[in-house]
Amino acid sequence: MKFYVRLFLATFTLSAFTFGGGYVIVPLMRKQFVEKLKWIEEEEMLDLTAIAQSTPGAIAVNASVLIGYRVAGIKGAIVTVVGTVLPPLIILSVISVGYTAFRDNRIVQVVLKAMQAGVAAVILDVVYGMVKDILWERKKLMLLILMTAFLAVFFFKVNVIYLILVSGLLGFVSSLKRDREDDAS
Amino acid sequence: MIYIQLFWSFFQIGLLSFGGGYAALPLIQEQIVEKNGWLSMTEFADVITISQMTPGPIAINAASFVGIQLGGMFGAVVATVGCITPSILIALTLAHLYYKYRKLTFMQGILQGLRPAVLAMIASAGISLAMLAFWGGNQISFDLGSIDLIAVFLFCAGFFALRKWKLNPILIMVGTGVIGGCMYLFTS
Repeated sequence: MKFYVRLFLATFTLSAFTFGGGYVIVPLMRKQFVEKLKWIEEEEMLDLTAIAQSTPGAIAVNASVLIGYRVAGIKGAIVTVVGTVLPPLIILSVISVGYTAFRDNRIVQVVLKAMQAGVAAVILDVVYGMVKDILWERKKLMLLILMTAFLAVFFFKVNVIYLILVSGLLGFVSSLKRDREDDAS
Repeated sequence: MIYIQLFWSFFQIGLLSFGGGYAALPLIQEQIVEKNGWLSMTEFADVITISQMTPGPIAINAASFVGIQLGGMFGAVVATVGCITPSILIALTLAHLYYKYRKLTFMQGILQGLRPAVLAMIASAGISLAMLAFWGGNQISFDLGSIDLIAVFLFCAGFFALRKWKLNPILIMVGTGVIGGCMYLFTS
């Protein structure tokens, strides 16, 4: 029971303090569940992120379902989903009552503006760590996909679905090739 | 029956929006504004504004907002549950397959290709956000005159604190919000 409470609180606080959608909350989940709680391994977390990315719907919801399922089965998935959905549900319900006042409040505006820089620092800190890991592995294909995918998303605004499909296919083909080389030797 | 309509509309939004976040916007607009006329276009724009200023996914925020306007608290819950049901079913199926076939080479191959691609997407989102904070837009202008020095300071301080002391990210966000908020208030 205590475990479920911890699981619920972890996702609830993440969701309550995360502004800016799936790409922001996923690195934070990684920090929480991989680095701090150590419930999930690094590589597994990236796989779960890829699955969350290819599932329709909000990435934050998908990721929390996967993490909950991983650490405590179906029950865990229900706990993490409720934890993720409750903060926006409560906050939006409160705001929908008096939203014009909230939107025009000067203090609300400056605090949110300042938080953008903090959120960017958090995301890029996570990216820095993960890029370093990939450089360490020295796998040419992974580096190639990393750079091409970045150019495609950042500069050419390519739809992420195509990126997921193409990079998955590349990984699949390279594993087939590796198998054949293993058989030949 | 408004609750069934709410559930079904947001079920479709949840099922069809791939890629998260902004990918869901046109779908929400189609269901909420055009098909059912539950919100006017102005109200829809307000929902987006609020979503950007509050935590949580845009689709969930829209579900809560529309749901409560049409059917009170219960309406908000019904719309939210509708929105997340497809995600839960599909994510659980994929998770099951993942843990069953993870040890197979082809599955590992696919995932090895996916990992750097996902990392690239996160990097892209992070840089866009930093640029939004520094220049207020998505363009790199290299115009040092228009750069927001407070935002650059907050970013560097946050990044340093995370690297050096491994501080809790939520603490970093709240900290930059409070400190930076005061700096903006006193300099403008």
